[in-house]
Amino acid sequence: MQNSTKVIAAIVENKPGVLHSIANMFRRRGYNIESITVGHTEKKGLARMTITLNGDNKTIEQVVKQMNKLIDVVKVSYLEKENIVTRELALVKIKVIDAKTRSDAINCVEVFRGRVVDVSPETLTVEITGTSDKIDAFVNLMRTYGIMELARTGLTALSRGVKSIRIID
Amino acid sequence: MTEMSGAKAIIKALEKQKVDVIFGILGGAVLSIYDHFRNSEIRHILCRHEQGAAHAAEGYARASGKPGVCMATSGPGATNLVTGIANAYMDSVPIIAITGQVPTTSKNTTYMIGRDSFQEADIVGITTPITKYNYQLKSAAEIPGTVKKAFHIATTGRPGPVLIDVPKNLQTEVAEMNFSNKIRIKGYKPKTNPHPLQIDRAVKLLITAEKPIILSGGGVIISNASHELLKTAETLIAPVATSFMGKGSVPENHPLSVGSIGMHGNPAANKLLCEADVVLAVGTRFSDRSTGTIDTFCSKAQKIHIDIDAAEIGKNIEVNVPIVADAKKALREINHRLIIQLKNRKESSWANRVKETKQQLNKPPNKSESNLKPKAILHELRKILPNDAIVATEVGQNQMWSALYFNILKPRTFISSGGLGTMGFGFPASIGAKVACPNRPVVDIAGDGSFRMTEQELATSVTEDIPVIVIVLNNSVLGMVAQWQRFFFKGRYAAVKLGSSPDFVKLAEAYGAQGLRATSLKEFKKAVKQALKSDVTTVIDIPISEEENVVPMVLPGCGIGEQVGDY
Ligand SMILES: Cc1ncc(C[n+]2csc(CCOP(=O)(O)OP(=O)(O)O)c2C)c(N)n1
Ligand SMILES: [Mg+2]
Repeated sequence: MQNSTKVIAAIVENKPGVLHSIANMFRRRGYNIESITVGHTEKKGLARMTITLNGDNKTIEQVVKQMNKLIDVVKVSYLEKENIVTRELALVKIKVIDAKTRSDAINCVEVFRGRVVDVSPETLTVEITGTSDKIDAFVNLMRTYGIMELARTGLTALSRGVKSIRIID
Repeated sequence: MTEMSGAKAIIKALEKQKVDVIFGILGGAVLSIYDHFRNSEIRHILCRHEQGAAHAAEGYARASGKPGVCMATSGPGATNLVTGIANAYMDSVPIIAITGQVPTTSKNTTYMIGRDSFQEADIVGITTPITKYNYQLKSAAEIPGTVKKAFHIATTGRPGPVLIDVPKNLQTEVAEMNFSNKIRIKGYKPKTNPHPLQIDRAVKLLITAEKPIILSGGGVIISNASHELLKTAETLIAPVATSFMGKGSVPENHPLSVGSIGMHGNPAANKLLCEADVVLAVGTRFSDRSTGTIDTFCSKAQKIHIDIDAAEIGKNIEVNVPIVADAKKALREINHRLIIQLKNRKESSWANRVKETKQQLNKPPNKSESNLKPKAILHELRKILPNDAIVATEVGQNQMWSALYFNILKPRTFISSGGLGTMGFGFPASIGAKVACPNRPVVDIAGDGSFRMTEQELATSVTEDIPVIVIVLNNSVLGMVAQWQRFFFKGRYAAVKLGSSPDFVKLAEAYGAQGLRATSLKEFKKAVKQALKSDVTTVIDIPISEEENVVPMVLPGCGIGEQVGDY
């Protein structure tokens, strides 16, 4: 199996040191994290982590096993691309020198279903969500105007349908 | 619920875990804990270096099967434990390290941790990759639960070290302590029962095997599965090779035992492993020193791998039948099924091949009185020591000679630094082993270089009355490194000569131990007998040639079937 970007989701204890031990394991074993997002879950005390990394199936299997071994990781799954919904959010601040570029840019934002969240005489800040590919495309397009600042959250994901990673007490 | 100080709660929680001994060195950040040893049955053994304390705790754990405990103060005390913790981690040994830490709060500041306070070291950060888990306490009331969890994590599943960092102010903080709460760790539920389907597959494979072999690792010793392993081997009439860490999991004088595999493995073990058609590997992680080049390792064989750590399966070697389980449980199931199906199994040509290979490749030592060779020394030592004597080793040639030439007859009687290869491990580990088994002789087979790294623990063994025997195979050189310089650097020696300093006999005497020198096999035997009778630690110095090599050897980049040199 070829190298490709893979998605792993983990439910972890929400306490200090957890991110350190996970990041440390990745570093130590030479796995490269492409992106990582963390946030609260529906259960108190537990956080959900979505990690994307590049590797073949064998590597991903090892990563899942090594993560499982960490005491603070409650559950971990490899999410197959075909069966998940993925989203990423980006905030993009672009330079707009005149009214024409401003309205051009806003047109593009609408096509991508983005939202303008802040304006100033020389800038326009846009919020956009979607798959990482969509955000890549949007960001590329905005380069023609000039990107002053870009903040991407990294990818987050959930399985489609009834399948889920849940912790049953 | 009872109200008490954090320091008292620590001692009480350790007592509840049936801890009877702690190895440690005190300092400013653990004074309150030490103050409570007075009122406790727990014996504290003052070591002379924290590394020694950690290794001693490991030696205690490996000999007894119970967790070992060590303690140190914050900062340098804690960092001195690091080598010992890393060693226990690599060899999956349950030790609990308790470290003092600067206070979380004090009168003049709201927070001391994180301000580079005096003797502050981020020991939790430092030990994250070398502990199974670690804790830094945030309040005194957490102590009973945390200690319970620490012992549970350290001793179950694949065992390993757990560290508890205790800020100084929590030791004096008084809190309501609850020692009877049940603990629950959401993300930790080691799986011990084998999957019946995988057992089926394993049994099928084993029954049809023409040349089955068992590879027994350290996990077999940890899980106390030696009996089940040997029964399985006998049912199958299969030879048992061990990993270095598995040495002693089967009696090495058993007809089916073929010795340990790997770089300096027994040639019979390496050879038979290469010829086998089915390998039943139990509790082993296929380390690079064991396997040689991966692509030629047992390339003809179907592999069954039993391990309690799922992450070990498929990590280094692809296997056909994975079994995530406790070795004892899995082997019991397998043997139970095999017995039914293999009743009245006759010895096959494979059994003959095993005998013949052993005979051909395991030559007895040449006995020359004047020229002291490690092989002859170790053969003699085996004859003198009782079967249940515990033997530790240092690291280097002394260790590999011991692996090759010293037969281990019972589990938990061979204590050596396998994964980390820590010079200086063996001596403090033997002190720990002796504390665990005071009625059995404990011997450290040492190199002169290694012994010098922790020899200060002679003071510990003498003052605490823990007599062990150190046999220094004294080649006046960092022998294993010198061997690599001979083999791979055309004999260009760099920084390996140790010279004749110190005089180990005088060194021992300076510490109040007994020092003996042996220059012939006869003197050696006499010295060991004298040491066995003595109630004080004895160092036996045996000068050997500095040119001696450990052979056979699998050269780096080769398969284990391609050893050079004769056994
Ligand atoms: C703490 C530590 N430092 C360095 C090494 C590298 N090393 C491996 S074997 C060896 C030589 C050991 O010398 P000695 O204890 O005299 O044993 P010998 O090989 O001579 O039997 C060295 C330096 C090591 N394993 N551990
Ligand atoms: Mg030496």
